[in-house]
Amino acid sequence: MHVVPRDIPPELQTRMAVSAVVVVLAFALVVLRLWYLQVDTGADMRSLSENNRIRLVRVPAARGVVYDRHGEILIDNRPSFDVIFVPEDAHERRREVLRSLAGLLGEEEPALHQAVRSPAVKRPPYQGIVLRRDVDWQGVVALESHQLDLPGVSLQVGPKRYYPYGPLAAHLLGYVGEISEGELAASTNGYRSGDLLGKAGLEKAWDEELHGVAGGEQVEVDALGRRMRVLQEVADEPGSTLTLTLDRDLQEAADRALGDSDGSIVAIDPRSGEILAMVSHPAYDPNVFARGIRRDEWRTLVQDKKHPLNNRAVQGQFPPGSTFKVAVATGALEEGVVTPFTGMTCSGGIPFGNHFFRCWKKGGHGGVNLHRAIVESCDVFFYQVGRRLGVDGIAEYARRLGLGLPTGIRLEHEKAGTIPDTQWKRKRFNQPWFEGETLSVAIGQGYVTATPLQMANLAATVANGGTRYRPFYVKRVEAPDGSLLKEVEPEVLGEAHLKKSTLAQIHSAMRDVVMTDSGTGKKARVLGVTVAGKTGTSQVVKMGEDRARANRGAQAMRDHAWFIAFAPTEAPEIAIAAIVEHAGGGGGAIAAPVVQQILTHYFGRNQGPSVPAAVEAGARESDSVEANAVRPSTDHAL
Amino acid sequence: MRFDRRLITHFEWGLPLLALAACALGTMTVYSATHVPGMQGWSPLALKQLTWLAGGCVAMLAALAFDYRRLERSAFVVYLIVLAGVIAVPILGRVGGGSRRWIPLGPFSIQPSEFMKLGLVIVLARHFARTYERKLGLRAAVVPMILTGVPAVLILAQPDLGTVAVLGIVALTMLVLGGIRLRWFVALGVLVLVAAPFAWPHLKGYQQKRVLTFLKPEMDPLGAGYHVLQSKIAVGSGMTWGKGFLRGTQNHLNFLPEQHTDFIFSVFAEEWGFVGAMVLVALYLALVLRGLVIAARARDRFGVLLVLGLTSTVFWQAVINIGMTTGMLPVVGIPLPFFSYGGSSLLCLLLGIGLTMNVSMRRFYF
Repeated sequence: MHVVPRDIPPELQTRMAVSAVVVVLAFALVVLRLWYLQVDTGADMRSLSENNRIRLVRVPAARGVVYDRHGEILIDNRPSFDVIFVPEDAHERRREVLRSLAGLLGEEEPALHQAVRSPAVKRPPYQGIVLRRDVDWQGVVALESHQLDLPGVSLQVGPKRYYPYGPLAAHLLGYVGEISEGELAASTNGYRSGDLLGKAGLEKAWDEELHGVAGGEQVEVDALGRRMRVLQEVADEPGSTLTLTLDRDLQEAADRALGDSDGSIVAIDPRSGEILAMVSHPAYDPNVFARGIRRDEWRTLVQDKKHPLNNRAVQGQFPPGSTFKVAVATGALEEGVVTPFTGMTCSGGIPFGNHFFRCWKKGGHGGVNLHRAIVESCDVFFYQVGRRLGVDGIAEYARRLGLGLPTGIRLEHEKAGTIPDTQWKRKRFNQPWFEGETLSVAIGQGYVTATPLQMANLAATVANGGTRYRPFYVKRVEAPDGSLLKEVEPEVLGEAHLKKSTLAQIHSAMRDVVMTDSGTGKKARVLGVTVAGKTGTSQVVKMGEDRARANRGAQAMRDHAWFIAFAPTEAPEIAIAAIVEHAGGGGGAIAAPVVQQILTHYFGRNQGPSVPAAVEAGARESDSVEANAVRPSTDHAL
Repeated sequence: MRFDRRLITHFEWGLPLLALAACALGTMTVYSATHVPGMQGWSPLALKQLTWLAGGCVAMLAALAFDYRRLERSAFVVYLIVLAGVIAVPILGRVGGGSRRWIPLGPFSIQPSEFMKLGLVIVLARHFARTYERKLGLRAAVVPMILTGVPAVLILAQPDLGTVAVLGIVALTMLVLGGIRLRWFVALGVLVLVAAPFAWPHLKGYQQKRVLTFLKPEMDPLGAGYHVLQSKIAVGSGMTWGKGFLRGTQNHLNFLPEQHTDFIFSVFAEEWGFVGAMVLVALYLALVLRGLVIAARARDRFGVLLVLGLTSTVFWQAVINIGMTTGMLPVVGIPLPFFSYGGSSLLCLLLGIGLTMNVSMRRFYF
């Protein structure tokens, strides 16, 4: 042995010796622990592991309840019984169990086998499969009484979404469904497979607030998979409560007013951007999704050519037709290309290039100024105004009033519509702008499209003097205990910066659209309220004489009828846009009465569904000239 | 470099053999943990682990080729290179399992935080090898605390609580063995105990909840608590003789979380029972005690402290990992040394074995 001179201090020597003792003690503790687990209680642990007797059962949280602005429940929860099957608990009796289950539930046996087989790859063993949601009470009784013959089968009570008014406001409310694999992979909120998730409408847009936090239980089960006792549990936290700006009664009135027609209605409070009603037809019943939609039902909905799942209010892009003249007139007055006194002559159309641009009124309006051009919706006047303002000028004011860009409402798939200008055309078609196209744009045709929500917001912006609010429909978010989590304040998106004189002109013209007998929108008149509005008829088929025939023929080729309105004109508190798709008639004839019904309800002048005889008769009388003129021979927008 | 025959005569056999025995059992268990019934041959993960094991053996032998005293001179260089790797993680890193810890390198990826366990031991050993006062005050602890704190904060951000915990406890061990007076540790302990009740009300609700679940997993019966419970069932159900290789039901039915990394001991204990577990525990005990013996015989202070640091890394990780899978300690992501799946960890541990052998073989040099 060498003798090594070292400089190891004695402290270090002692501390090393102590370390050795610490090491030995630590390992001794480990050995004791292992002895306890494996030898002392090993047999118990072995039996727990055999059938994996300790299971984790997820208790889904109840989603938040949704109220309308007056506290009426729009979305609720109700208890439902789901049939859960754990194939591992049935062992070799699996086929037999499924057969008797099929008998008890009145279900096809192969479908049950399919349900058990398909998710097998992803499903952790001993995790239950939901075989059937929402069993009725007879099913519950049948299953309970046969429990011993059905190893692995259990019933689980869970909250189910309930929409008391069925299809009413279905598109705004949306629906829920089981989380998909893609959504599961993308989510960070601790979702598990089988969880319900908002799939559309506010159920989706406000899912984070609504879904709550799932609880769970550690449960000990017996060899048949029946629960013996709960070892541990964590209570679920229900989702937050939403109070909407929506008025259920008004929604119902709007829904009724639209009737069986396809189309959409949006009503906004112009003072804040609160959505009072939002209708989209055809609709669907979200309760179908809540109970678990069947494959054939889903196929029918998806393959329907009318796309009932789409929310037309935000996803439907329609040519606004003559309702667009409001934007063009605003631009013309602001830019000074016309004054209230500028006169023009309408002789039923003007030639431009090698084309003849018609006015909807065959004989022409004669001498018109801006006011009369709006009131009687003269196309020729607006062709000329459009040329003077130019397409870029039109686009500028359309955008200031909120067209061509999404409103940013908290709903999925909101469309922006199209407001064409020279730059847009170059980008889109790589072509210069042709002046002839400006003429179509000036009457809201051609490339111009807008959503009903945008048109309602345009009416609201004009109504309140040029302030563009972001439309919203959730007013308040509250915790289940009632404490306020969030109060949504109106949000100003922009100011149109319009002159007082411009606004006064537009307001007075829009008022006379409804309030004078020569106005195209007089069918929207409501007793005791001054209503301002603008009609529109947007063409689906391109050109010429075909349209008259088209409006009598195939529905898909008929015109859309528009009406936008606000009231009372002096102090507006409601702004509405309504479109009736393929109405086969003009905005004044078809859409104005729809808005009339809603306004009548809103201002409380009318309790029943029918229009009072006096108003009806008066409207009809003074309407006859226009109706006759419009129906057979309209070439352009009204 | 002059070759010395004494290097051969004093070659350290015991340590590498113990380590490789643990590696062999570990690879076997990784094979089982990643085995899918019906699958032929080795799983990709098990094959990867085997490749890393071969690489680790080469690294271990390479660590013998130079005199470890040269490491003392370049300790800071090593430390800074590893620190650069840790800093590079947020920039070049790859995300896996919710945190960003790895830097991709061809078909493999390396985890710089594992190398930091090695780098920290080297730099702290150098620090305390050069402090010659007999009783060290708090001032001597300042530099080590900075050296530990900087990488700890970076790694905590990845986030990787387990590695930070190892760095912390190894640094603390080095402070004790490096000669800081014990009274300061007592003071530190008292400080924590006194400060905790005052700090507690200032934590947010969810932070309190997180701390509580960490200390008492039963409070989260759906998450950590369930995992610990299943892990205990796995270990216990192995009973005396185990269920047999590839027969662990808890493992193969995926009731264990992270079964090839942090909870690999449960897989082993389920399949080999108390007897197997005792063999494994004996291996670790022998390995650590052998490390202590080598430290005690080392020629200079740097050697002693280096070996003590390396040995403590093995010791703490082994004890904490087994403690956590058997429900004695809170669950943190700490791998079982030489055993858990993870290339960087295995490579670093074998490098550490190489360095320990280096110290052992050169103990008779002047």
